[in-house]
This record gives sequence, structure tokens and C-alpha cells, in this order.
Amino acid sequence: MKTYENTGNKDTRSGFGAGLTELGKTNENVVALCADLTGSLKMDEFKNNHPERFFQVGIAEANMIGIAAGMTIGGKVPFTGTFANFSTGRVYDQIRQSVAYSDKNVKICASHAGITLGEDGATHQILEDIGLMKMLPGMTVINTCDFNQTKAATLAIAEHHGPVYLRFGRPKVPNFTPENQNFEIGKAVKLTDGNDVTIVATGHLVWEALEAAKALDSEGISAEVINIHTIKPLDSEAIIQSVSKTKCIVTAEEHNHLGGLGESVARVLSQHQPTPQEYVATNDTFGESGTPAQLMDKYGLNSKAIIEASKKVIKRK
Amino acid sequence: MPNIQELKDLTTQVRRDILRMVHKVNSGHPGGSLGCAEFFVALYQDIMERNDGFDMDGKGEDLFFLSNGHISPVYYSVLARSGYFPVDELNTFRLIDSRLQGHPTTHEGLPGVRIASGSLGQGMSVAIGAAEAKKLNNDHHVVYSLHGDGELQEGQNWEAIMYAAARKVDNLIATVDLNGQQIDGSTDDVLPLGSVKGKFEAFGWTVIEIENGNDIASILDGMEKAKSLLGQGKPICVLLKTVMGNGVDFMMHTHAWHGKAPNDEQLEIGLSQNAETLGDY
Repeated sequence: MKTYENTGNKDTRSGFGAGLTELGKTNENVVALCADLTGSLKMDEFKNNHPERFFQVGIAEANMIGIAAGMTIGGKVPFTGTFANFSTGRVYDQIRQSVAYSDKNVKICASHAGITLGEDGATHQILEDIGLMKMLPGMTVINTCDFNQTKAATLAIAEHHGPVYLRFGRPKVPNFTPENQNFEIGKAVKLTDGNDVTIVATGHLVWEALEAAKALDSEGISAEVINIHTIKPLDSEAIIQSVSKTKCIVTAEEHNHLGGLGESVARVLSQHQPTPQEYVATNDTFGESGTPAQLMDKYGLNSKAIIEASKKVIKRK
Repeated sequence: MPNIQELKDLTTQVRRDILRMVHKVNSGHPGGSLGCAEFFVALYQDIMERNDGFDMDGKGEDLFFLSNGHISPVYYSVLARSGYFPVDELNTFRLIDSRLQGHPTTHEGLPGVRIASGSLGQGMSVAIGAAEAKKLNNDHHVVYSLHGDGELQEGQNWEAIMYAAARKVDNLIATVDLNGQQIDGSTDDVLPLGSVKGKFEAFGWTVIEIENGNDIASILDGMEKAKSLLGQGKPICVLLKTVMGNGVDFMMHTHAWHGKAPNDEQLEIGLSQNAETLGDY
């Protein structure tokens, strides 16, 4: 089984910051807007390098989304930065009308997504944002798995015309995908070959899926792990191709099972290739305070949960 | 540049367009549209510097954003009569497969429209963004926007109003249509706005008042004054006092025609009060 080396834990939000810094140097149309979370979003370097292209809007996310939409008129490529909760639910209607329906080239960049922001608790732990964003016509939804991939995705979305939701997080997690990788929006990345079960994972759960695959391998179960960094448009072909071989699938995400990657996968499979599926996701619940590891364990979002789901789904074949 | 009489003639024709558009589909918002007919005519025919044709980025020309998108009939009529699309297309207002949606949108590619509006309170932020982009592009043209007075009840406006003053967005002229009416009644009955002038000034804007917002000459004077104050570190707010339903006697001074179309008989009365000037579509 192919294995991956953790080159050192890093936060995905820093990958975003690194990507934005690079874009500042290479693309003069890129502008950044932030709602009083510059440090948390790792936008400091861009701000320091290009103060004229950095817009601090204060604690006013609705206004930030509207200003970003307006800035596209004149050719700017705005990147907005705040927590995932305030990037989506708080400003859903602004995104819907001024960005998505108006087809504006705004990049909504959201940190502290999911439950792993930890101690701040449920008010800040959005587990519904993928669903909210993927339902908007024309919206691209990306949830990256590590530092390197988040940086690559940040660069890639600047080249893509149209609204994008880029989701990443706060905790330091293994960095294992290649540095300076080519990020292809909408293209799944197969990480391991396997025959017994397909595990499609997104965001922080991708590394957990690899850990699960290693453990399953030691028990003689061969898992095919696919990194779905783009939830919309979904790489249906890669998923169908894999389950044609494995005949069962586990979806893993740091999100509610309602509205997340799992439901997108289920829709594709129910139409094209009905397949037993198990969900590693939160179960229609809010989060709570705790350390990221404690929360991942309590809410069943780790390699242990993926292993259990894999064994369960294999029995359902 | 058209003279005052020509602008008045066009306004009369726009009023006919509005009435006929909403009557045909028995829906739409004639009240606020009629109240702003003079403003739109003055804006597109005199006040704004516009390039020929339409391109989304609008570099090197003035831009306009309509925040209270429900007054789309007046917007569409004036856009068509300013050459953005064929006047005959006004026939398709609110019909299936039309570019003239109930509320304005870029989604169907209608020339002249740069943002969707309808869900209220979003247009000022967008206008500020476009104004900031103009500054970045070293483009010294002006961004105009229009907002309803009732619309100011939406909180996003106040985020935007605070931002524009703090960031010295002084290439923006935001006009508020002060007609004192909204769907459920007068603004005083629904939720009193207090002193709109005092509020904008307290936030750090320069405020210009146009007492008769249904008089072309007054609009031209007021907007000229507003323009003269651009580039001085403050955003400009124009308070345009209009009469909802202006030009059709039974529609005036009431919220009743905010979102209601005239029947056949009412249409005829309305049209008889606004004789054809440039030809109906």
C-alpha cells in the first residue's frame, strides 16, 4: 500500500496565507478583504506587502461580501477572509444575490471550519457550510486537506472565473501532499489503490482516511482512498470508477451528514451505481468546546470512526 | 445634451412605459418607479458620463447601481430608451424567458445591469466596492447608487455607510429616494427613520437635499452640486424627496400602488394623464 509522509504538522489556514502572499506578488488584480480577523486568516503578509490592495472592513461581513462583489466590476479578484461561520450562514443572502446570482468573481475564503476550531464552541463551529454553499448555483466548493494543498488551491482559484468557496481550518494537521502541486479544481486525487472499500474524504479527514487505510491494510483489508478536495463540481467519474471495483464506500468529512460530501456522493451513486455507503460526519448536531482531538473523537470524525464505518459497509456488500 | 423639455418629454414616455409594463403582466411595482422617473431620466441622459455600448467592468465611465431593485420598470424603460437594448424588449417584462426579470439581474445578460438586486440593503456595499475598484484602477469616474428610504431599515446599509465614511469613498454619490412610503404603510407608521440627513451626517457623509425630486431642473441642480463635492474625502448622500406614484393622480401620495398593477380602466386614466411623446414600444 502506498504510504504518505507527514512532513510536519501545519495549519491549512497558513497554506491560504502563503498562497495569498504569492498571489499578491504575481497577480496585481488580486485584492483581499477581511472582517477583523487578519491574523487568524494569516492575511498579515499580504496586508503588509500590499496595503493599497488590502481592505479591512471591520466586523461587518455582509458589507464585506457586497464590497467584494462590487470590486469585481473593474476587474479585481477579491478574496474575502473570515471564519467559515461568518463567511456563509451570516451572509448567505449577500452571497446568494450579490455574488452567486450576479456571477461575480469573488473568492470566499473561510477558516476555522468544522468542529476542530475547538474551544470556542458551537457558535463558531459551523458544520453546515458545505451544504449552504453547494446549493448555490454556479458556486464552486473546495475543502482542502493540508497546508500544501490549501496553498495550491488558493493559487488555482485566482485563475478560475466565478464564485468559489474555499474552506480550511485552524488546527495544525499533517502536511503530506506535494509542495507546489498542480491543483485541478473538480478533479479527485486517488491516494491509495484498494479493492475492498472506497474511502472518499475531504478536508482534515483525508489524513484520517490514510491512517484508517493503513490500519485496515494490516488487517488484510485493502482500501482505496480518494481525496475529494472539490465537493462541487464533484468528480463523479472517479467515484463511480472506484466503487465499480470495491462495491462499497465510506464518505468522511468534518461536516453534518445532512448537506455535506456524503450526500453529494449518495446522489451520484443512487443515480448511476447504487452502492452501500456509510457516513463519517456529524449526526445533525451542534458542536461544543473541547480540544480538536477530543471533539474529533467524541463526534466520530477520526481514523477510528473511518475504520469502523469501513468494516460495517464491507459487510453490507 | 438634451434640454429640459426633452428630458420632460422622455419622462412622460417613461411613465407610459412603466404603466404599460406592469399592466400587461398584472404585477410589478409602479409606485416607486413613477416617483423616480425624473431622477432616472436626468441620471442617464445628463448626469452620468457613459460610454457607448455596455461592458461589465465599466472602466472609464460613470456607473449606476440600483439597490431597491423592485423599481425595475423605470430602470428598464430608461435603459432601453438610453440605447442599452431594444425598446421593444420592454414587452417581455416579467414574462418567461425574458431578460427583464421581475427584479434586475445580470444572470440573463441584460445590458446596463451590473448586479442583481431585489433582496434589499445590498446595493450600497456593491457600489462602494465598485468605487474602490475605480480608485485602484486610477479611474476618476463616479459611482452612483439609488436606495429606497424604507430600505434603510436593512442593517447592511449602516455597515456600508460607516465604511464609506471611514475609508473616504469620495467618488460615490448615493441617492436615497425619500418618498416616505413602504409596503405596509408610511415609513413613519412602519418604522420611523428619524432624521435620515442627521444619521448620514453623523456617520460622516456630506448630504445634499433635493426638495423637489420630481422636478428635472431641481434634480440637475442638486446632482451638479453633489458632483462638485466629490474628491473631498467624504462620500456624498443625496436625499431625493419624491412623491410615490408621481404623474398618475390616483397613485400619488399613497403606498397602495407600491406593488400593484393598474387594471384596464386605471391604465387608460394613467395614460390619458401622460400623453405619448416619443412613441410607445
